[in-house]
Amino acid sequence: MSLKIVVLAKQVPDTRNVGKDAMTPEGTVNRAALPAIFNPDDLNALEQALRLKEQNPGSTVGVLTMGPPRAGEIIRQGLYRGADTGWLLTDRLFAGADTLATSYALSTAIKKIGKVDIVLGGRQAIDGDTAQVGPQVAQKLGLNQVTYAEEILGIKDGVATIRRRIDGGQETVQVPLPVLITVNGTAAPCRPQNVKLVMKYKYATCPMERPENDPRANLYAERDYLTLNQWSVADVDGDPSQCGLAGSPTKVKTVQNIVFQAKESKTLTASDADIDGIVKELLQEKIIG
Amino acid sequence: MNNVFVYCEIEGTKVAEVSQELLTKGRKLANRLGVELHAVVAGTGIKGVVEEQILPYGVDKLFVFDGKDLFPYTSAPHTDILVNLFKEEKPQICLMGATVIGRDLGPRVSSSLTSGLTADCTELEIGPYDDIKTKEHYEDLLYQIRPAFGGNIVATIVNPEHRPQMATVRSGVMQKALYDGKAKNEVVYPDVAKYVSAEAYVVKVLDHHVEAAKHNLKGAAIVVSGGYGMGSKEGFDMLFDLAKVLHAEVGASRAAVDAGFCDNDRQVGQTGVTVHPKVYIACGISGQIQHIAGMQDSKIIISINSDPEAPINKIADYVIVGTVEEVIPKLIKYYKQNSK
Repeated sequence: MSLKIVVLAKQVPDTRNVGKDAMTPEGTVNRAALPAIFNPDDLNALEQALRLKEQNPGSTVGVLTMGPPRAGEIIRQGLYRGADTGWLLTDRLFAGADTLATSYALSTAIKKIGKVDIVLGGRQAIDGDTAQVGPQVAQKLGLNQVTYAEEILGIKDGVATIRRRIDGGQETVQVPLPVLITVNGTAAPCRPQNVKLVMKYKYATCPMERPENDPRANLYAERDYLTLNQWSVADVDGDPSQCGLAGSPTKVKTVQNIVFQAKESKTLTASDADIDGIVKELLQEKIIG
Repeated sequence: MNNVFVYCEIEGTKVAEVSQELLTKGRKLANRLGVELHAVVAGTGIKGVVEEQILPYGVDKLFVFDGKDLFPYTSAPHTDILVNLFKEEKPQICLMGATVIGRDLGPRVSSSLTSGLTADCTELEIGPYDDIKTKEHYEDLLYQIRPAFGGNIVATIVNPEHRPQMATVRSGVMQKALYDGKAKNEVVYPDVAKYVSAEAYVVKVLDHHVEAAKHNLKGAAIVVSGGYGMGSKEGFDMLFDLAKVLHAEVGASRAAVDAGFCDNDRQVGQTGVTVHPKVYIACGISGQIQHIAGMQDSKIIISINSDPEAPINKIADYVIVGTVEEVIPKLIKYYKQNSK
């Protein structure tokens, strides 16, 4: 059975490697100091998609992302690893979206793509750690959902068998397609980029990524596959009132830099006398023992 | 109408501790708002077993949905229960655990009801809000406070217009306590079929396997925690010796877990376990914000670090400047000597 698979992927600031200049003196995030990367869990999801494509001949994998024009890089990285196509949702009206407005936007795009059998995504993105967008997209499209998946064991007669992580253990579930699956970071890592595919797609861009008087204009005219799909709110028949900041029920009231209350601490050395002393003190005050 | 709801999750017939922690928090919020605390639980064969695990936390009304195939949890039936119940009850707040179940269910429900949801809150408070753009003033909103951006900032989120205001909270962040005030303790057993459509039972659970927790890090009175400074897995194992003599549990920083020194269920911090021990001994831990977020409420903090400038030392009561290889054996030795 051939499958039409869409992978939801997000370009995120690399919050795992936050350097000293990541915060401004005012306590806000200095996004420019953080490299933009393919959200790690989404790479695990892409790997599951590519495996399904190999196991089910005739299947296709497309990468769907939302973001500013530079997020076209996420689609390219997907193509380099074996995806067939991609779509960039980009529009000022999408900006400022919380998880609900994001899921609305993604669900309109998936409707527009049409007849999707499996939607895959990472369990969560490292810039928010919410894990909400996947299930919210599933609800909006009326899809079945399986979260925290570690491995798609197989698909037979339109039913997927999936092993998933749960608190303190694991579960094996069966779910009929169409289904949305979020993939845990403990799933198999994504395959590396394929050199031939990098050569083929390195100039693939969305129209908005291109400079004026692009020297490669002729190349794009010759090779259709170098023009990535770029969709606005209007392109996906979206309702602007449900997109971006306007469509977000949650509002950020305040954002603060974390300042911990410093304590007056007693500094000791590793000498026998000091260690003996602190142990006696803790025992006397019944803090330990 | 307008009450505070807590979704109680279960394993078999046992109510999760995080749900009881949220009931205690929910009771406080309900008292502050002058409304009732309601709880909802769904499972199979739970009638007569779960009530006593839920009501003592100050619950005014408990909805027990007991039906076939409601355990193990699957997304659609539990979503149907909450969505249809909330359409009738119109709560102002809904809390659930930031567990695998809560993070599967919460967004599905919030999307159905078009209400806002904030994940992994570390504090919940009630307060006013002024919308700068619309000039609207709101009283008594739920402040959903959470670290963001890898734990580098703390954001306060509000949902001014949409109800319920939904939030998830990790296990151990709130503390459970039996309620000593008066609560109505009413229990109802709604007909499951009126809330859940037959088509909802679409996911079949072939195999469900949960192991009992190997340790009680969350509830430990003393925690001995190791970081990347423990150097190796063998070096880290020294902490188990210290923990044994002190009757402590062993925790770890994210860096130690990532380096493979110990299992990830021992990770203390914003994305791991939150602990509130009497004594927290941080060994070779530099003290990244996301770690400190999970242990800052410890009564006494002892930092053992060869770097006197390690950030964690700022919040420590005692700083022992020295290598873990030297200090930990001495701690064991002098504890044995002095505790006799």
